[in-house]
Amino acid sequence: MSDRYVTLVNTRPGGMLARRVGLPRPVALERYRPGEPVIRGRVLVGGAGGEGVARPLLDALVGALGEAGCELATSVDDERLRAVVAQAGLDATVFNGEAPGEQRFKALVLDASGIADSSELVALHAFFHPTVRRLERCGRVIVLGRPAGECTSVRQQTAQRALEGFTRSLGKELGGGSTVQLVLVGADAHDGMASTLRFLLSPRSAYVSGQVIRLGGGHAGAGGAPEDAGAGQIDWERPYGGRTALVTGASRGIGEAIATTLAREGAHVVGLDVPALSGELQSVSARLGGEALELDITAPEAPALLAERFADGLDVVVHNAGVTRDRTLAKMPRERWSELIDINLSSQERIDDALLAAGALEAGGRIVCVSSMSGIAGNAGQTNYATSKAGVIGRVQALAPVLAERGATINAVAPGFIETRMTSAMPLAIREAGRRMSSLGQGGEPVDVAETIAWLAHPASGAVNGNVVRVCGQNLLGA
Amino acid sequence: MSASVRRVAVLGGNRIPFARSNSAYAQASNHDMLVAALDGLIVRYGLDGELLGEVAAGAVLKHPRDRDLTREALLSTRLAPQTPAYDVQQACGTGLEAVILVANKIALGQIDVGIAGGVDTTSDAPLALNESLRKLLMEANRTPDAKGRLRLLTRLRPSQIVPEIPRNVEPRTGLSMGEHCALMAGEWGIARAEQDELAARSHQRMAAAYEQGFFADLLTPYAGLERDQNLRADSTVEKLAKLRPVFGGPDGTMTAGNSTPLSDGASAVLLASEEWARERELPVLAYLTHAQTAAVDHVGAGAGGNGNGPRKREGLLMAPAYAMPRMLDRAGLALGDFDLYEIHEAFAAQVLCTLRAWEDPVFCRERLGREQPLGAIDRERLNVHGGSLAAGHPFAATGGRIVASLAKALRERGSARGVVSVCAAAGQGVVAVLESGGQPA
Repeated sequence: MSDRYVTLVNTRPGGMLARRVGLPRPVALERYRPGEPVIRGRVLVGGAGGEGVARPLLDALVGALGEAGCELATSVDDERLRAVVAQAGLDATVFNGEAPGEQRFKALVLDASGIADSSELVALHAFFHPTVRRLERCGRVIVLGRPAGECTSVRQQTAQRALEGFTRSLGKELGGGSTVQLVLVGADAHDGMASTLRFLLSPRSAYVSGQVIRLGGGHAGAGGAPEDAGAGQIDWERPYGGRTALVTGASRGIGEAIATTLAREGAHVVGLDVPALSGELQSVSARLGGEALELDITAPEAPALLAERFADGLDVVVHNAGVTRDRTLAKMPRERWSELIDINLSSQERIDDALLAAGALEAGGRIVCVSSMSGIAGNAGQTNYATSKAGVIGRVQALAPVLAERGATINAVAPGFIETRMTSAMPLAIREAGRRMSSLGQGGEPVDVAETIAWLAHPASGAVNGNVVRVCGQNLLGA
Repeated sequence: MSASVRRVAVLGGNRIPFARSNSAYAQASNHDMLVAALDGLIVRYGLDGELLGEVAAGAVLKHPRDRDLTREALLSTRLAPQTPAYDVQQACGTGLEAVILVANKIALGQIDVGIAGGVDTTSDAPLALNESLRKLLMEANRTPDAKGRLRLLTRLRPSQIVPEIPRNVEPRTGLSMGEHCALMAGEWGIARAEQDELAARSHQRMAAAYEQGFFADLLTPYAGLERDQNLRADSTVEKLAKLRPVFGGPDGTMTAGNSTPLSDGASAVLLASEEWARERELPVLAYLTHAQTAAVDHVGAGAGGNGNGPRKREGLLMAPAYAMPRMLDRAGLALGDFDLYEIHEAFAAQVLCTLRAWEDPVFCRERLGREQPLGAIDRERLNVHGGSLAAGHPFAATGGRIVASLAKALRERGSARGVVSVCAAAGQGVVAVLESGGQPA
């Protein structure tokens, strides 16, 4: 399951060889270890556009970065931002593109929500041109924008949409394990950025790049603003303390990583899998100090059983269980189609309906579904699988406003090429293509998906609702 | 002890022109140069044979033989040999700190008149014995029998001939002053062009001041020099822009043109009570009214630190940025309340870092604990007769140069207020206020 090529090119002779031959040289990605700070290194923050007007988002951004313990830096001539930083009681070094000295940054964060006209997009060049080369290895670029629904003019909406082309391209340029995201922050989500900023800045988001993430915008669940979930008092080391999470397909692969990550964050994890995988499930649950639940999610009695089991309340549901039954459509028997749709999509619908009807999902509850890159891009031989995974996306989009009314959220992750038993069984050429055809030039680890889910289901992520976030290293397919 | 505090008058100053290292004053010692500066002052103010309250002076680079350098120099001057003297040492703050020490004694009525000064030579710098040779010799000295001493002799090695050369580095960081300043310039984003502009203006203004005869009664020619050797009247931004960076790597912004060169020279300032000045019918140029010294933690946590938990490392030469607001608060003044500003130009970048820090809301809030920035100063009032970039910077002699020049400039303006800021090695900084005019007490 390991990617020997990444290991090889990160040795001295291997790296030299790859350079000589002109092969890609993906870097070994930094990944989160418990107890680490959110980000190691300086964060250059800037604000573009909106001269002379109040910038509540910029204020909130600076506050959230400060609260996350970031070592800040600002442009030397951005007097407005220096004043904001001072007002927030934070320290920040200065950066002058004309006299950069030895300065390096771990992250570049630009609030571009003030850009209201295409002529102001030059601010992207002004901020990033002198700084992109100063980004450290596994660096982070985050651009904040405004949701289309909150733009008040055609020109503003045009300029804001333009940001997406910029971030997606920059993600493909950077290399060095660095990632780029666009975060569209609704006016109601200024105070709900903390968990998202922390995730995107930290090595937890190692394999997430080129994404557009929407915060708030009328669909926020509970836990976005500090008054909702007590983000001010949140224990960022163990945010899931006292929370119960159900993870389907928890016995191995990505599911096991999800269970492990949520348990690490303090959750009481109930791992579910089919009785055939009893042994593996039991050992995972024992290791995590959680519970094992042997159940076939497609069984007719499963929804009622689960609703009863969690009558006392359930905080997080992760619909991870899924299968592939690949075959081109012309050769695919009907049962191969139906069985997959039932496991990957219909059973989720039945279970959620039952849980919601029984009121088992707590206010502030979180549902996270595992979709797939195939569900977005489509894939030959996977009409059934892609149908189910695209259906999952539809569910997320349809349910988000419904759950928002209950103070809950639903989101999906769409993994790209993740190194699992499933991918190690692929033919070599396809496997290599899958790994390298992404901005990060390598496959992801199950933990990358798990960390992303832990962010989406985070108690402070109420502002994140109805999002489909790819964990694909900005794979070229369907991007 | 006298209960009242007296006003302290600056009556004048004298210095010898500053020379570039290993040049005009290559044969002169600290002793020689300090005597020359003092004698010039003595002649100008008729102090021949006078018994003064005290003379305080110092040097940064001193020979072991220069024990009581100031007292020994005094004995070579025409002052009464009964005048007491002592050495002061606070790196580049030495000269200004000596002025403050003498002024404080005058203010308290402990003395009526005194001289403060400073001298330094980088041409006649002390070389010390190789440390391992020194230890060996000391051990030989402790060994009682001849046989034992002979055995020690066998431990002599050729490498021990190499002497220990004094280096311009911070003991706790191993970085030179220039390297430290380059770090600051990087941290504060000080561009090359700003630095060259400040340096060019320093030369142009000092050259103009010489043309106008401003330094005529502030200088005594010495060893063939009548002007500061480093001064380039034709200095321009364009010429300075051609120089290669010397600190901060190939992308550095600091050059030999916008950094002070190693230099040799000496200066002295005559300070007295108003009564003493009146009795001698000597005009008062200005009064020294406020002073403050501050230090910063330029080491930070880790090696060399004192282990007091996590500490934020501050730029080596940023201490004046801290000293100034403390003094202003005590004096009830704002940064903009001065007619003239004399900021020692150790490096153009140091001056610019300090000015930027005072303008920066984050620095002023986080480091200085102030709601509002100190603000910007009018650059037209800054170092109006040039600064150390033009004159050169014999470390301990700079304070005396600045105080005497500023006092004279304030006097020329009638009723005016000026401020001095001097940064020093080991993270220290000294600032002081001079005021002219007003009613004599």
